Amino acid sequence: MTQVLEVRGLSKRFGGISAVEDVSFELNEGEILGIIGPNGSGKSTLFNCILGQLQPSAGSVHVDGRAVTGMRPCDLNRLGVSRTFQLLQVFPQLSVRENLILAGQEHQGTMWSRLVGRGDAGLTDAAERMIEFFRLGHLADEKAGGLSYGQQKLLDAAMAFMSGPRLVLLDEPAGGVNLTMLADLRERLLAINREQNATFVVIEHNMEFVMSLCTRILVLAEGRIIAAGTPEEVRGNRQVIEAYLGN
Amino acid sequence: MRLAGRPGAVFLALVAIALIVAPMGLKPHGVYLISMWAVMSIAAIGLNLTLGYAGQISLAQAAFVGIGAYCSAILTAKFGWPFGGAFALAAVLCFAIGWLLGYPALRVQHHYLAFVTLAFTTLVYLVLRNEEKWTGGTYGISGIPRPSLFGWSTKGGPAFYYLCLFVLAVVSWLTWRLVRSPWGRAFMALRENPLRASSLGVDTRRYTLMAFAIGSALGGVAGALYAPLVEYIDPTPFALGLSLNLLLMVIVGGSGYFFGPYLGAIVSVLLPEWLRVTDSLYLIIYAVAVMLLMVVCPSGLLGLAERLLKPARKEPVARAAAKAAP
Ligand SMILES: Nc1ncnc2c1ncn2[C@@H]1O[C@H](COP(=O)(O)OP(=O)(O)OP(=O)(O)O)[C@@H](O)[C@H]1O
Ligand SMILES: [Mg+2]
Repeated sequence: MTQVLEVRGLSKRFGGISAVEDVSFELNEGEILGIIGPNGSGKSTLFNCILGQLQPSAGSVHVDGRAVTGMRPCDLNRLGVSRTFQLLQVFPQLSVRENLILAGQEHQGTMWSRLVGRGDAGLTDAAERMIEFFRLGHLADEKAGGLSYGQQKLLDAAMAFMSGPRLVLLDEPAGGVNLTMLADLRERLLAINREQNATFVVIEHNMEFVMSLCTRILVLAEGRIIAAGTPEEVRGNRQVIEAYLGN
Repeated sequence: MRLAGRPGAVFLALVAIALIVAPMGLKPHGVYLISMWAVMSIAAIGLNLTLGYAGQISLAQAAFVGIGAYCSAILTAKFGWPFGGAFALAAVLCFAIGWLLGYPALRVQHHYLAFVTLAFTTLVYLVLRNEEKWTGGTYGISGIPRPSLFGWSTKGGPAFYYLCLFVLAVVSWLTWRLVRSPWGRAFMALRENPLRASSLGVDTRRYTLMAFAIGSALGGVAGALYAPLVEYIDPTPFALGLSLNLLLMVIVGGSGYFFGPYLGAIVSVLLPEWLRVTDSLYLIIYAVAVMLLMVVCPSGLLGLAERLLKPARKEPVARAAAKAAP
């Protein structure tokens, strides 16, 4: 099994409080790892430290065996690591198609070849396929800001896949998405995981979604990993139940 | 904004023809004014790239027009350089200085960035006024020659107007290509959501610097034409007032719209002339008109046009739904 992501002793302190404390785990190619935990347990902060959005106070991150601790998000993305944010992050004034082309263009050629090359960086077809795949077909020319919340959430996820990433970190992809779209989203994620052998880390509060999607789950409480295992193991874990009820 | 196919192309062709025949029906002062319109359009196009597309506020555009103007004036009037060389050097120099001015934009945004760029404009103004040995200080530089290009003299008003128009056309074409290239998309991403952009591989640092550098280079290009157009320059026109005026052009025309700067330059250069018949009232009328526009349509004339031309849509409903969701 090829190891894609290795996190060692990662910590992040904000002033006095310790948002993430000594978190270590690794991830093999093709896995879908779930991260759950009560509000404020440090899940998003963990993502931000892995992805270079925040500088970790301690610890290291390796992607494909390469040290990437504190690397700029754009450089990390070009190594094949993609993400979504907890809060919706699309480009409201650009059309759905333009959003998707933007999401892939920096992976085509060099900055200079993109200046003189084609306006769409050769991505119109790929964007069209992604639009079909996420069933946004009728909305391709709409401004992203005009879509419903659920549709924007789908677009947000679709953008993370435009560059054909090896590793994708999704922060609450199901948050605020209605039930039919949720089933849709799960199906899409599983399809991409199977077909492109993409590896996922998914933060989620929706237990049913997480349990049915992930092969392995980490439970975070107050910045620390308090449990890890298959969905069944985690479901029956006393500490986990206490962490949630005690909150 | 898309060209809206055929009707748009026909309209553009008509405008181009009108611009070409315009000098024939105009007095010398009219020709001078439309030349000034072309020059200011170029400077505003540059600012529209930096501000309208890439979302980086700049009050430094007047400084770049000044640097370009002095560069072309000193080199042609004092050192006898050919205009082409001075013109190219003005563009390159402003590109480089604009690149450097981009660095503060990597650290500060919005009104802080406005202050940094404002300070730069003041600094350049002071240098132009005080470095008398080079710039002639408050006396300025006179006798700036209008160039001869490939044996074609642009000494006359119409001839120089055609030079300005030609440069405007080239700048327009290059800018059109730029904003529709992946770079243009990256600039807009910078404006709308730099955090998301960088997570998608957009090197926000490099694109920010580029947005400043290219916008400033166009300021330099405008300046290089401005000097021989007016034939005499001193530091006064390159003070903060011009920066604010260029900002006004971009915003009145429609910030982030390709054709915004051309319209904005009409409002800013030609409208005051047309209103001159109202004598002492003209400044007041002008100010009120601009304020009314900003109240009615903050996205400028083209934003207003877009709103009027597009049928009312269900968009607000979707927006409201998005806001209501958790
Ligand atoms: N930039 C910051 N500055 C200071 N404190 C922060 C910052 N970001 C997060 N925190 C704190 O770190 C802790 C962890 O926050 P984080 O957003 O990672 O939690 P989370 O597990 O993602 O929560 P949720 O499920 O609500 O999204 C919280 O106590 C939060 O207040
Ligand atoms: Mg979170």
